[in-house]
Amino acid sequence: MSKQIKDFRGTPLRESDFQEGKVLYVHDALRGEYAWDTGIAIGHYLASLKKGVILGARCDHCRKIVVPPRTVCEWCFRPLTEYVPLQDTGTVNTFSICYVTWDVKRVEKPEIPAVIEIDGASPGHGILHKLGEVNPEDVTIGMRVQAVWKPAEEREGAITDILYWRPLKEVEKR
Amino acid sequence: MSERVAIVGVGWAGFRPSTPHQSYKELMYEAAVRAYADAGVDPRSDIETFVTVAEDFHEGTSIFDEYTPDQLGGALKPVHTIGGDGLHGLATGYMLVRTGQFSLVTVEAHSKASNILTLPYITAYAQDPVLNRPLRLNPEYIAGLEMHRYLYETDTPPEQCAAVVVKNKRNALLNPLASFAADLTLDEVLSGPPVAWPLGRHEIAPLVDGAVVMVLASEERARLLTNKPVWIRGIGWCNGSASLESRDWADALHIREAARIAYRQAGIRDPFQEIDFAEVDDTYAFKELQHLEALGICLPGEAGLLTEQGATEPDGEFPVNVSGGSLGVGHLLDGTGLARALEVVLQLRGEAGPRQLEDVEVGLVQSWRGVPTTSGVVAVLSN
Ligand SMILES: [Zn+2]
Repeated sequence: MSKQIKDFRGTPLRESDFQEGKVLYVHDALRGEYAWDTGIAIGHYLASLKKGVILGARCDHCRKIVVPPRTVCEWCFRPLTEYVPLQDTGTVNTFSICYVTWDVKRVEKPEIPAVIEIDGASPGHGILHKLGEVNPEDVTIGMRVQAVWKPAEEREGAITDILYWRPLKEVEKR
Repeated sequence: MSERVAIVGVGWAGFRPSTPHQSYKELMYEAAVRAYADAGVDPRSDIETFVTVAEDFHEGTSIFDEYTPDQLGGALKPVHTIGGDGLHGLATGYMLVRTGQFSLVTVEAHSKASNILTLPYITAYAQDPVLNRPLRLNPEYIAGLEMHRYLYETDTPPEQCAAVVVKNKRNALLNPLASFAADLTLDEVLSGPPVAWPLGRHEIAPLVDGAVVMVLASEERARLLTNKPVWIRGIGWCNGSASLESRDWADALHIREAARIAYRQAGIRDPFQEIDFAEVDDTYAFKELQHLEALGICLPGEAGLLTEQGATEPDGEFPVNVSGGSLGVGHLLDGTGLARALEVVLQLRGEAGPRQLEDVEVGLVQSWRGVPTTSGVVAVLSN
């Protein structure tokens, strides 16, 4: 389409015009720094991750266990006060294979974000994380996976205390 | 279709300089549970739509709308978030009821100011990036410019601004939600260090965390739910010129216009005579005076005199900020207007405890979104 147009109206701009300051613009960077109070539920969750445990919360009203834990059940609005430790194994609910990093760089070795339904939580309740030690072409929905934790002394009470999730060999678990 | 809209439930949480034990979601949940219990409703089965007022830069999360439903009981229901002051949310909830499509609406606004480590930088980002921001001034300078021109044009002496601080912090002594109650003298206020002269440190409302939730109902639903409905008789909002070069620096024209809209709806002709008390924005002490004049409570230059003479004291002719205002209670960022409205509701219900005013029927509430804005809301409430 554009090849058919011989003369564009207006003034063409080149990269060099910006570099040489022929185009005026203003540059600024926001200094936005935050320290979010984790609160009761997520605070417990992170403290448990530091101990190598994934914590959920039970809603007796809805008869289900959600993860991460929260202080209110979004479906019945009753308070959730009972926290339960869950397994560090689970099942892939959905995944994607990303060839572009968060800062938009193309990569050879893709990242594999996945939602993992945690064993011990109710169906449909999982956490968002990444898969590792697996070929992208071997990943399937319904695949069984296990958390790979940071060494205990390096954990800091963060979601990154789990490095990634790798395929679970059921034999290995026994 | 519902012609009248009532506030049938109010709830709050926090109102403290820091709330490290709760996430913003837990703060909102506590306020919501209180409001629903107050209204006698179950949000999952009864509330039809939800409005939250929040500014992404204050939350540190873009598209903050996504983070509001669960803790209000709004999952899988019509929910939206608007930018503005909490009273803009009240106006939005009012309109939702007036459409006739919804009979019960939740309105929420909050502050987690303690979690924002670089608030002056965030506020500075509200300035024009090409014309004003490159000057690299602390945004409080805008309040200093406004105050100076206001004092100049109205012949208001700084002592009358300091009298607002003394009054509001003293009022706050009777308010358990207030974090900055004090019994100060005029001299103590005036001797505080200057921040953006003529504005001194004691004349700036300190920040607090907190959440406020209100349940709005159509007249039919309100009659069934409560025998103490508080009616929204009129609500107006307005924005002035955004320009820091050519705005009216002395008069709050946006408040004047917002008041005109609210008074027209409420049928108010003489606000001083027909309204019993007011909660007005006092983010900066001089703002209470400037706002009272823009609200038509008195003429320009008279608000300081009224304050000095005690007319705006709890036992005066026209009590202003009996709650302690933002100077005494603390400033809740986007939640400030709803916090002021909370006091008006409690007063109109006769539930304000030791600071209860006698025989109040009509209350006024006014908010301002802070520097550098000329954005404000005015509402007339009655019992
Ligand atoms: Zn539940």
